[in-house]
Amino acid sequence: MSSYEGDPMANDEAVLDEMPAGEDDCGEVVRRLYHFLDGELTDERRSMIRRHLDDCGSCLEAFDFEAELRQIVASRCRDRVPDRLRERVAAAIRAEQAPSGTEMVESQ
Amino acid sequence: MANRADFAELAMEFLPALYSAAMRMTRNPADAEDLVQETYLKAYRAFGTFQEGTNLKAWLYRILTNTYINAYRARQRHPEVTDVEDVEELYMYRRLGGLEAAAAGRSAEDEVLERLTDDTVKAAVESLPEQFRIAVLLADVEGFSYKEIAEITDVPIGTVMSRLHRGRRALQKALLEYGQERGLVGAGGR
Repeated sequence: MSSYEGDPMANDEAVLDEMPAGEDDCGEVVRRLYHFLDGELTDERRSMIRRHLDDCGSCLEAFDFEAELRQIVASRCRDRVPDRLRERVAAAIRAEQAPSGTEMVESQ
Repeated sequence: MANRADFAELAMEFLPALYSAAMRMTRNPADAEDLVQETYLKAYRAFGTFQEGTNLKAWLYRILTNTYINAYRARQRHPEVTDVEDVEELYMYRRLGGLEAAAAGRSAEDEVLERLTDDTVKAAVESLPEQFRIAVLLADVEGFSYKEIAEITDVPIGTVMSRLHRGRRALQKALLEYGQERGLVGAGGR
């Protein structure tokens, strides 16, 4: 799809500007859903989508679901840092900071 | 130019985020720890080239991603799958009942999302082919912009958008399948 080439803002402007208000908007709005949630639309285009969502309960439900899903994915993908890793990283940086020569013994 | 003496103070706060990303990339704790340590060492050595005032987190992720791709991927025995099945828009929402559930007054889909466990979501993310997995991680878990992801992964912004678009839909399919296998999600509407 050509709208995914180059400037993310470049191609959808004309489409949305020409859209008549009505049910036909839904397909186009759903296609812009991720750009909307990603905050990658211009203010003008954001407000067009917001206006559609104000009037269209089914699109609003779908948008809410996608927004909720994203929060779930982000919050479930966290891992606790093992203490030993924190220590390893700190030690590795200290070894780099040490005057040259002191870490040579270990590396040979 | 950034001062090396400031490195630890500035960079260590990103350790939890970098470790979580490394876990999703390597899919195991031992490799993730090695990857993170190597990332911090490289970053420390190159810190003089970091432009102060620019995005340190994105800079660290760029080193993490490059290190993973160059070092850890080379070890994998199986050739990396580079494509995902093309899945329709709103895949999960529609499978979970979508409009009908919404009309019934209660969004059953939201309850399903709440039931997805950490392990299920992690497994679904880790099932994505690498280039899609990394794009989804950077956008949906870490909140980087398209432009930042393009810089971190060294691909044009259009490629980032297409990987995200397809990766997110593939993730929904995987989430639904893993959730059903584990009995967290019912068989669903259609």
